[in-house]
Parts: sequence; structure tokens; C-alpha cells
Amino acid sequence: MNTLIWVEHDNTSVKDATLAVVTAAAKLGEVTALVAGSGCDGAAQAAAQIEGVSKVLKADDAAYANALAANVAPLVAGLMAGYDAFLAPSTTTGKNVAPRVAALLDVMQISDILSVEGGKIFTRPIYAGNAIATVESSDPKLVITVRGTAFAKAATTGGSASIEAVSGPSDSGLSQFVSSEIAKSERPELTSAKIIVSGGRALKDADTFQQIIIPLADKLGAGVGASRAAVDAGYVPNDYQVGQTGKIVAPQVYIAVGISGAIQHLAGMKDSKTIIAINKDEDAPIFQVADIGLVGDLFTLVPELTGKL
Amino acid sequence: MKALVCVKRVIDYNVKPRVKSDGTGVDLANVKMSMNPFDEIAVEEAIRLKEKGVVTEIIAVSVGPQKAQETLRTALAMGADRAVLVMTDDEMEPLAVAKIIKAIAEEEQPGIIITGKQAIDDDSNQVGQMVAALMGRPQGTFANEITVEGDAIVVKREIDGGLETVRLTAPAIVTTDLRLNEPRYASLPNIMKAKNKPMAQKTPADYGVDTAPRLKTLKVTEPPVRSAGIKVGSVDELVAKLKDMGVVS
Repeated sequence: MNTLIWVEHDNTSVKDATLAVVTAAAKLGEVTALVAGSGCDGAAQAAAQIEGVSKVLKADDAAYANALAANVAPLVAGLMAGYDAFLAPSTTTGKNVAPRVAALLDVMQISDILSVEGGKIFTRPIYAGNAIATVESSDPKLVITVRGTAFAKAATTGGSASIEAVSGPSDSGLSQFVSSEIAKSERPELTSAKIIVSGGRALKDADTFQQIIIPLADKLGAGVGASRAAVDAGYVPNDYQVGQTGKIVAPQVYIAVGISGAIQHLAGMKDSKTIIAINKDEDAPIFQVADIGLVGDLFTLVPELTGKL
Repeated sequence: MKALVCVKRVIDYNVKPRVKSDGTGVDLANVKMSMNPFDEIAVEEAIRLKEKGVVTEIIAVSVGPQKAQETLRTALAMGADRAVLVMTDDEMEPLAVAKIIKAIAEEEQPGIIITGKQAIDDDSNQVGQMVAALMGRPQGTFANEITVEGDAIVVKREIDGGLETVRLTAPAIVTTDLRLNEPRYASLPNIMKAKNKPMAQKTPADYGVDTAPRLKTLKVTEPPVRSAGIKVGSVDELVAKLKDMGVVS
């Protein structure tokens, strides 16, 4: 099988989510990486270094800046004449673009795969991860999004793929990028952090969240996450949300502070290697998945923990 | 402009799904069903656009079993003007649903199509994007805010790392994220009124759509169970554990 993968990038470097896609695609066959963007040569160079990538296609055009789906999906669909499968990461970009590609190719996308079972068979989570479906595609071509935490990351060096410039349809004129507000942070990104400290509704308000969670995260060099309840209550911005409808994370250590453990939150973090929960309610569902639980008042326990580390 | 909102009847979000012991799927017998929460947000947003005078009429569409009419009645009780039920007892995949919605959109000519970003049963996150592709129209997925300016639909999207704003030329397809709005509850008088609002009944065949599934579900299993670990009695014990694990030195 010849596979084409979507490279998520910022024009100069390749985002981590791409690396898991390379691993998933390599299980199907040869991997060609598509770098679409405007002024994306740096990203193409970086993609060529990834172990397991045999070729890089660079589509450098103003129309492909910001990965507007109406512009990049026709590009991908056109390139798919030469490939059997298209794989994209389950990031907001991948989830935006891939179904549009699938519909253009008249195939059913397989969303958020957890494993490649051979042939055209894959597993994927349904019902917020409360069930795992094994599905087989009968479509002539495959369109897949890949859950990043379910596959090992391919090495960012060791590859020496050739880079070929490709072109596709020009700007559809249907949508325009206006602006973006990306939170600048020194912290590790949630989806690649080794340690995550996450706070829930029990943190009371935005100030308290800052006072309790941030010092602990700083001490551990950790990423900061939150439950949906904490995000909805406005303690932190929406991109902090860990859960089925937020970010799916699987760090080495996940510290859940004042999070009761709603199904949808557990779905986003239960693949973490070690889960530590601090909660005053000893019956909170979070303790059913926690490796280490500490029952008590987070407002005294967390500062004490931060102080003793 | 007209608004088309697409809603799906799914297991209620408060119910914990149980996998059938024979591995054929999730047990939905005698389980509470509701409108997909993201679709509820879509209905609410259409109503707010109507209240602002931007949208003139709201048509709610559902593709599903006879009982999906309950879901459409909910949309009507919230404030949709009329409904179309495309009835089928078959398992419907996003691609087939998208083709049906495209056919309905061609009849109705809405300026905006709003639907949830994903259904909480199959978690596919595909229909909106597929409708946009099939119609050759722009898409604004994972909407956090929608503003209509003339024939432009400005969508603030929730993306990894923050927010992004795109400007779409209507007609456009928008999918909703959690923080777009908080859906209203239907009042009793509105629930009564909804019973008299028109609901057309159709089938996929009426739109000439082939709904044969492309994916075959071979089995459905429980996810691996994570067992509860230990509880520690103090911060000192926790610190000791973290040191044992090499998390801190």
C-alpha cells in the first residue's frame, strides 16, 4: 500500500503529532509525506529527516497557508490518484481536513484509529472511549485520522527522503483566514508533555487555579491541563481541556487535582502511564483509575506537595 | 437567510454505554436517548441567529429511525420552525448522511448549515466537513463564535493551542464546539406548540442516496480496564512514591 500522510507544521518545523502518523502509516506500506503551506521549505526539510518517510511532497502556495480545508482538501484529493491511503493526525487540523478529503474521494473516513490490525482493519474508540470498535473498510482508498497517543513517535532524524515540489488547485476563494490567537507558553504542549498537572472545578476560580496548579507544574516542568468543568467555568482557556472532546493525552505522569473523573475526562487521559489523583471525595471516580490516590483538601495538600518536591 | 440544522438521536450523555456481551455493539435497549449535545448547541445557535434577525427560518433535519422524530420535536420546541425526518432503520455512516443533507440543502437553499462537530455515539467528527466537500462550500469547524456580516459568515474556531478566525462566503457549513453557547430548555408551552409544527417524513431513497455501509464493524469490545492503585495517607508518602518512580529526584 502506498500511503500519503498529512504533515502538521508551522512552516519551519514538524509538529509532534505527525510522528505518530508516520508510525501508523508505515504499518500499511511506504510513507510519502505531504507538506502543504506557504513558505514551508523548512518544514519539508524537517519532514525529509523523519525516519520511515521515503518521499516528501512540498506544496508551497499562498493558497495553502493556514491549511484552509476548502483549499487543501482538493490538493490532497488530487494527489491521492497515486496513493492507496491518506492519513492525518487527530489534531484540529487533521479533523478539519481529512473528512473533506474523504468526501471528495467518496470514501468513508476511519476516525481516530488506535491500531492497524492488518489488511484494511483498524480499531477505533466509540462512545467516548467506552467501547472499542474493530472496523474493516471496503473502500478502494482509505482516509484515516490517527490518535497520536496510540502510536509510538517516529524518530525525527535518520531519514533522507527526497523532496519533490507539487502543485494543485489554487485558492477556492470560499474561505479566508482572518486571524489566530495562539496562547504563547513556555510550558510543554499538552499532547507531548511528559508530566501533566490538571485541575478541576474544585479549584474555585481562575486566580486559585493559578495559585495552586501553576507552582506545582513549574516545579515539575509539567504541562497544565484542566477538566471541562474548569474550562467552562472560565478558570483557564479552552485549549487546556483534557477529555474526549478536548485533548487526548498520555503522559508518563498525570496529576489530577480536584477532578472527580467524569467519563469524558477519563477518556482523554486514561492511557497515561501513571495517574495520581488528589481529591477530597474518596469515592470520586478518578480514584478508580488512579495508580496513586491522596484523599484530602487540595488547598493544603497541593502547596505542601509543591513545597516538598 | 434560511438555516438548516442537523440533529442526531444518540444515547443520553449521562448514560454509561454498555458493550453487548456478544461483541456486536453497544446495548441501546431501554436506554435513555437524547439529542446529541453538540447538535443541541447547533439548534440553539440557529435560534440566536434568528433572534438577531439574521436567520429567517430554521429547518431541523435528522436521519435515523422513526423515534428520531422525538429529537426533531425537541428542536421544534426549542425554536426550529419545521423539520424533515429522513427515516431509516439502517446504520447510517457519515458519508451517507452528508449526501442526504446535501440533497436537502439543494431543495431548501439555506445560507448556513449548522451541525454538531461530532456525535457522541460514533465520535466520527465527519458530517459537516463532508457536506461542505460535497457541496463545494466553505466550512467553519469547531465554532466558538459565529457572526454573520452580509453574505460572510465569520467563525471563530477552537483549534489546538487557541482560537482561529475564518471568514466564509455563504452558503457555508459550520460545526459547533462546546463553548459556542448554552442551549435553552424548551418551555412547556413551546413543547405543546411544537406538536403542531410541520414535520416532513422522507426516506434516503427519496433523495436517491445509496446508504450501503463502507465500513463493516467486525466487533465491539470493552476498552482495557485500568485497575485502581493504592491510596497514600500523606504528602510525604506521595513524594516518596514520586521519587521511587524517578519523577523527581
